[in-house]
Amino acid sequence: MAEYSWPRRGTTSLIDTEQTRIDGVAKASGAAKYSCDINPKGTLVARAMGCPHAHCKIKSIDISLAKDVPGVVLVSPAKAIGDEIQWQGDIIAYVAAETEGAAAEGVAAITVEYEMLDVFVDDQHLAAAEAADRTGKPLSNVQLVNEPGDDEDEEAFEEAEIQRLLEASDVVVEGNYGINVITHMCMEPHGSTCEWNGDQLTAHLSTQNVSGTAGQFADPLGITASDVTVHCDFIGGGFGSKFAADSWGVACAELARQTGRPVRLMLDRDIELKTAGNRPSGFIKVKIGADKNGVVQVWDSQQWGTSGASGGGVSQGVVPYVFDPENRRRTATSIATNAGPQRAWRAPNHPQAAAITHTAYDDVAAALGIDSYDVFLRNLDSVSNDKADVYRAQMERAAELMQWKSKWHAHGKGEKKGSVVTGLGMGIHTWGGGGHNSTCRITIHPDGGVETALGSQDLGTGTRTVIGIVVAETFGLPLDAVNVKIGSSSYPASGPSGGSTTVAGVSESNRRAAQDALAQLNELVAAKLGVGAADLVAKEGRIQASGDASKSLSWKEACALLGMTPLEVNGEFRRGEPSSLSSSQVAGVQMAEVAVDLDTGIVKPLKFVAVQDMGLIINRKTAASQIYGAVIMGIAYSIFEERIMDLQTGAFLNAELADYRLPRLGDIGEIVVDLWEPDSEYERGVVGLGEPPVISPGAAISNAVANATGVRVPVLPLTPQRVLDALGSA
Amino acid sequence: MKAFEYAAPRRESELAGLFSGRPGATAVLAGGTDLVGLMKKMIVAPDRVVNIKEIASLYGISADSAGVTVGAVTRLDEMLDSADLDAFPAVKQAIRGINSMQLQSQGTIGGELCQRPRCWYFRNGCGLPTELGRMVERGDNRYHAIFGNRGPAKYVSASRIAPALVALGASVRIVGPASGEAVEGPPKNGAPVAQDGNALGEAIMPLADFFVTPRAPHQGETVLDPDQIVTHIHIPRDEQIASATYEVRQSEGPEYPLAAAAAALRIEAGVVTEARIVLGQVAPVPWVSEAAAAAIVGQAVTPESARAAGEAAVARATPLSQNRYKVQLARVSVERAILQAAGLETGGF
Amino acid sequence: MSHVQAPEASVRPTKNVHVELTVNGEPREFLCAPRESLLDVLRNRLGLTGAKEGCNNGNCGACAVILNGVPVNSCLVLGVEAAGAEVETVEGLAKGSHLHPLQQCFLEDAALQCGICTPGFLVSAKALLDRNPDPSEEEIRLHLAGNLCRCTGYDKIVRAVQDAAKANT
Repeated sequence: MAEYSWPRRGTTSLIDTEQTRIDGVAKASGAAKYSCDINPKGTLVARAMGCPHAHCKIKSIDISLAKDVPGVVLVSPAKAIGDEIQWQGDIIAYVAAETEGAAAEGVAAITVEYEMLDVFVDDQHLAAAEAADRTGKPLSNVQLVNEPGDDEDEEAFEEAEIQRLLEASDVVVEGNYGINVITHMCMEPHGSTCEWNGDQLTAHLSTQNVSGTAGQFADPLGITASDVTVHCDFIGGGFGSKFAADSWGVACAELARQTGRPVRLMLDRDIELKTAGNRPSGFIKVKIGADKNGVVQVWDSQQWGTSGASGGGVSQGVVPYVFDPENRRRTATSIATNAGPQRAWRAPNHPQAAAITHTAYDDVAAALGIDSYDVFLRNLDSVSNDKADVYRAQMERAAELMQWKSKWHAHGKGEKKGSVVTGLGMGIHTWGGGGHNSTCRITIHPDGGVETALGSQDLGTGTRTVIGIVVAETFGLPLDAVNVKIGSSSYPASGPSGGSTTVAGVSESNRRAAQDALAQLNELVAAKLGVGAADLVAKEGRIQASGDASKSLSWKEACALLGMTPLEVNGEFRRGEPSSLSSSQVAGVQMAEVAVDLDTGIVKPLKFVAVQDMGLIINRKTAASQIYGAVIMGIAYSIFEERIMDLQTGAFLNAELADYRLPRLGDIGEIVVDLWEPDSEYERGVVGLGEPPVISPGAAISNAVANATGVRVPVLPLTPQRVLDALGSA
Repeated sequence: MKAFEYAAPRRESELAGLFSGRPGATAVLAGGTDLVGLMKKMIVAPDRVVNIKEIASLYGISADSAGVTVGAVTRLDEMLDSADLDAFPAVKQAIRGINSMQLQSQGTIGGELCQRPRCWYFRNGCGLPTELGRMVERGDNRYHAIFGNRGPAKYVSASRIAPALVALGASVRIVGPASGEAVEGPPKNGAPVAQDGNALGEAIMPLADFFVTPRAPHQGETVLDPDQIVTHIHIPRDEQIASATYEVRQSEGPEYPLAAAAAALRIEAGVVTEARIVLGQVAPVPWVSEAAAAAIVGQAVTPESARAAGEAAVARATPLSQNRYKVQLARVSVERAILQAAGLETGGF
Repeated sequence: MSHVQAPEASVRPTKNVHVELTVNGEPREFLCAPRESLLDVLRNRLGLTGAKEGCNNGNCGACAVILNGVPVNSCLVLGVEAAGAEVETVEGLAKGSHLHPLQQCFLEDAALQCGICTPGFLVSAKALLDRNPDPSEEEIRLHLAGNLCRCTGYDKIVRAVQDAAKANT
């Protein structure tokens, strides 16, 4: 087995440079085909009917009128009599029709009788959930330096010890914090276009998991995965919500099979939001004891939240976030609500944990009247990863970019201009990443053509371009010389794009395959040139003896040595295997400066600084894009977006974009992205980047608002209503 | 969308046969920015849609010494571009607040005034706005009315330009089947008056009277009967009136404001001698605040007097369970609209 | 305003309409039911899938096209309303293989990620530059506020439009 490695830093022509994405022209010209654009001749349009009620039982379903709507081809119930519905928007039936209008009219013509059941959607109030019998058993996790004596009751000891530590602290801060449920709001909703050729199904699925979804179609359809091809060349957003074929994907395939025609079924926006995933809420009641320097001595918290009908909430494993004081007790209670089920949302658990715990750390600074920066700095000794030094260095860098020291004022003590005050806040984060399983097949054709194929996908993160860069760099070719084939389950399997695992995974498989392929080609070239294969280098479109440019072949000449048969080489990486090409675990520091209008409660981001490590950077341009995007998504959940549920009926009231508020171009302020990259980062290989920069904005922005106003607005997003409530002027 | 018939008349007179008196049977299509979305969700499901944008007489901006007349199908971007409307900053500021090029260049002034309430219970298919009173009262009413909300209607009037137009004393021309009875002066009930034996009649009324708070289901949000349409808006010219619209908008997008106010002030020798203050997004109609006007009249505009007018405006607010914060926002809106009209700094964003 | 129907025909309510229009400079025609939106027609009848359906109520701008010189959300326009109209879509921005400066700048400035909002942003940005060839940063931020990007490339979109404006002048 060859030793795989990256070229030395500074010697690369593509890696670690800024490259324009190779699928950009398709996207900018309207030629890129997303699942919603696939429209083979004769395609039927299908629509789903969502349940209008949040909790009920189906008494009857009458589809006879719907079948008679002109243009309707097939009506297919998705639920049976007696089925219990747990959230509004759960799918009751599907209608396939000749046109959008006919399908919608068909849906409207379905008559369902419901038996109404009790509704509970209030995840903010633990007492209400307990009263409604909607809570799970509280789970506690305690870590204390001192241990109980042999005959001591453990719980009593813990309680006494926590109280003792709190009393011994110089300052005790108590607070409530929370963050509401948000949705993924992919611009392209979930869905697919499905077509059959005999027993073979092709599903054009909007998915983050090209290689993993064929089997999910096959089983319920009574076929095997080998009969299914999943295609996804382009996807209009996923953010963690599109790993599955989903019941509606299978239904689409079933409608296509029964009608004998291709069927397209994209969820309506409101059903998309109600049923196709969301990010759990997290609420917490915290008591912190700290010394006079703001170093936390003891943490005691009780948290709750919901992931929908099955309970859930934010994992207590990341509470408090990044910091892990020696003495801490945390209790988590899951609340079951009549709301749609959660799905992974970019960096699952972390953004919420940051928002509900780094705010508490910041309140320690406020209580002591010291600089928040110093409190974060002084607590770095307790971080749960091995990145304390990285955080220190990144904080210094971020502070410089923000001009933190010169802008800082104590909480609520800044200058007021008219009704406007400004403030600073920060947060830090951590993420594992690490490459996922990935296999690829690189083919070098005798005419010099190069292709790589793998069942990966490009969510817009730039995966396609990253793969091209890795292969082209290895072969010393320009980027456009490599044909990157992804987006089909017919290619070698590669992992789902989630958890910041893709870039490392596909870089591993492609670098390995490319290095192996080049080694084989070099054998032929070496024989031809009469030099040792180990002395050959591929660069600038040639393979040449190092130190002797006179001995060289052009890439094309070299490939001609293959004769009639293309050279095919597979590359494989298994998650977790030690490798010099990739690693895992990043840190990251973010700082926000905001302005708050005390009269209206409106929060405006002025400046946001994101300092982020990510190991070796394949494409600087798309890496920076990931961070910009994450920060703006963070601004969105910090200030604007939330799911709003009607407590009486359980209706998701703002399940459309008119009421589901998101920032626009004028709402984001200045964003400074800093790629943190000492040589040590390059040396440790590729690490994923998708999740980390989306984690800290909630904490940073909430802390900045607290610094500006001198008041903690406990729950995110920081709407004018919440800000005014906290200020006590509403 | 339910299937429907489509007609695109080219003259006002051709409207006569196209409308049905049955509520909901016919829909008037102008810019479509509200109607088409409502039809897609089948919140409205007309049998016939009448596109009035091809009626040339309903289109365009004309000015004379008395004022400016804007045809109902004139687009909002055309109003922004019109120098004739420079005299009415409150109107242009309100249009600019609709922060979407598409919505501005697609939406029409008539449609903007006639758009349906944004109430999310209504938009989620829970019923007509007038049927939802109890639901709103017990439910999530954070965006609902803080004035005029004692009856079943608790939504807020959606129009963002109406407060400015009402403050400026605009009137509206309505056509519909002639009632046959001649009425003295502008009819309060909007019944069109026959013109020379035509099947259609017209009525002209103050825009302030055009909006009504419905008391029962199937009463509309305006005086319009199902077979009537708005054809023109007239804004009287008065060189001495300074005006402004201030909206509390959380974001720089097309979302609706949380509260708004328009102020039209006559300022003579540094003192306000006449004022009309109209709040938006706070009541089922554009909410004329006599109290705010009374508070500022006789005063020079200063941060203090503007604040006092804002406080007067909200003194009798009746917030619902979750929208007390809107009282504060309404107060600030009035305060800032007055300051802005007088050319002073608002002190906020 | 354009008229293709005789006055009498325009008054007679119709259930299916034959529409002739110009799309990206080419004459096109289709038969559609009045309830089909212009977006539906472009995507399903004319094979132009560049404009996307994002929200279906005018808030995301993914379906933006230029209709008779002004930007509109095509999800809120009926196909029949486009009779006699000139429609420009993202597919018409490039001239052959020669990209429009906006497209070029969106690529170079990395102003697109998943790309699904990109056609709408490009069309809106073109409408903006058609009206105002040299917009300030603030004007760009305000005028493109009817378009939503979730990924979100806002910062780079602003720069791309600025760069395209420079390239144009």
